[in-house]
Amino acid sequence: MNAIPGRSPWLLAGLLVLAGLALVALGLAVGSTGWHWPWSADAPDTGQAAILWEIRLPRSLGAWLAGALLGLAGAVAQGLFRNPLADPYLLGSASGASLGVAVLLAATGLPSAATDWLPQLGITGAAFAGALGGVLLTLALARGVQQTLRLLLAGVIVGVVLGALSSLLLLRLPEVMRTLQGFMLGSTGFLGWSAVQVLALSLVPALVVALALARALDALALGEATALSLGVPLGPARGLLVAVMALATGAAVAQVGLVAFVGLVAPHLVRLAARPTHRALLPLSALAGGALLLAADVASRWVLAPQELPVGVLTAVLGGGYLLWLMHRRPL
Amino acid sequence: MSTALSAPLISASALSARALAVARGGRPVIAGLDLALPAGRWTAVVGPNGAGKTTLLMALAGLLPCQGEVRWLGQLPRDLGTRGRGRLLSWLGQGEEGAAADLLAHDVVMLGRLPHQGWLAAPSAPDRAAVEEAMRRTGCWDWRHRALGELSGGERQRVLLARALAVQAPLLLMDEPLAHLDPPHQADWLHLVRAHVATGGTVVSVLHDLNMALQADALVLIDQGQIHHQGATDDPATHRALEAVFDQRVAVCGVDASWVVLPAQRAR
Repeated sequence: MNAIPGRSPWLLAGLLVLAGLALVALGLAVGSTGWHWPWSADAPDTGQAAILWEIRLPRSLGAWLAGALLGLAGAVAQGLFRNPLADPYLLGSASGASLGVAVLLAATGLPSAATDWLPQLGITGAAFAGALGGVLLTLALARGVQQTLRLLLAGVIVGVVLGALSSLLLLRLPEVMRTLQGFMLGSTGFLGWSAVQVLALSLVPALVVALALARALDALALGEATALSLGVPLGPARGLLVAVMALATGAAVAQVGLVAFVGLVAPHLVRLAARPTHRALLPLSALAGGALLLAADVASRWVLAPQELPVGVLTAVLGGGYLLWLMHRRPL
Repeated sequence: MSTALSAPLISASALSARALAVARGGRPVIAGLDLALPAGRWTAVVGPNGAGKTTLLMALAGLLPCQGEVRWLGQLPRDLGTRGRGRLLSWLGQGEEGAAADLLAHDVVMLGRLPHQGWLAAPSAPDRAAVEEAMRRTGCWDWRHRALGELSGGERQRVLLARALAVQAPLLLMDEPLAHLDPPHQADWLHLVRAHVATGGTVVSVLHDLNMALQADALVLIDQGQIHHQGATDDPATHRALEAVFDQRVAVCGVDASWVVLPAQRAR
């Protein structure tokens, strides 16, 4: 890795870590009662401490972790499918994950705000299975990854159809509708400590496996034939990367619901600031995704306070605007 | 070309194929092809559009599922392992790098060292030396810190050529390597190929430019998935076969000690 002045991946990583820390501090300070710096000396009562420790801290950490998972999933998807517009949303894996969760909730009647370990793992597992099914369905419909346009179209089709199935489940089962509604809009409001643990436990293996395949992703950018000629085992590498993407997407969707565009935008922002290989791009995209979703979470608590905006609405608006800007900036 | 491939000939040839059959998209492109290419030579593969040149080259490089037997320096590729194959044969394709626009030129060339590196190991000193040498030889060392997408077509092609050279494999297979190169850099490419062959390496290239192809040691003429002719470039029989495979619409003429291809004069 050749450091270029002003474009060093390490500098960018440092900035993104600092941004994450600053946003966690903001996340501790912002709530339905307005701004309140926890370390200012005026009201250190126990109720406030409980709010900080049991609600705001896990929520902020969880939002960062979910964003990091989505950023990682987006970077993996864009490298794997050799397509700068690939994203867990455009490939059907996010809607697959949400359908998996909806099916599980409909079958068991679990509230999605479950705070126990076992239900959390069950929801994450259902989301992972759904995400995997969504991607595989998209790949089957697109008949492989060669045709960029066909892949994106198949992803959109799968996303719409699976989304419709989720809506159908909602209509049939009004008792889970309320919990699922917030979930479909994307919300960071349910995040507790068990969610933080599940997210962290998903992020570590996803990042490790993705990093181990970073060079395969670089080689894949030169084309399949070239990657094969360089000794990249294409089949196993692809399978593992699809699994990583499904795990990252599923874990994030299981906890925060459908939060659009973080996975698409985070790798783009990193590439704007530096030109890294995947070994740096993958962790940087995770850091950027975490900062993005946490920033959106803080903003969603603040803009309509004391009411709360679903964070998915905010990221959809911001992400859509970014895509529009991208579209006008350079021809796709 | 009708000589039976005896065992000693196979082990002496750099690349050989026996009863090679390849289908693409359900359509047979090559059916029952036998070929033996000598080591330490540059062979150019030419033929009309759609004759199966790229398919043949990819099949020889082990990049397409095919029937029949391909041997590299007498060995079966499947016995070498993925990394062993990568060290023995270097491939330069065409128009496949669209997703690499954000990679820096130096990082692209370093990918040529993949077969020599452990999966997680950092680049070694020999890796860095090989990358610098390859980039200096193709004249792209000065823009090693620029992204591939910021380069012109010819500059990008030189980076990709450096990537193929950085593998330092004895077998070098290139599909249309001259695409986007201006005449001076085409001449540079010629010297690179000759230098590779002079050190015992073997080069096989698909070329559209017949004048460049006639600079090679030998030609393989492909038509409709079959070998129409194989022979030395200075052999008059090869020249007649070249004119025949292009429907008598080109003519090979001697100029000084070299040969050029010109459009044939219409009889009518």
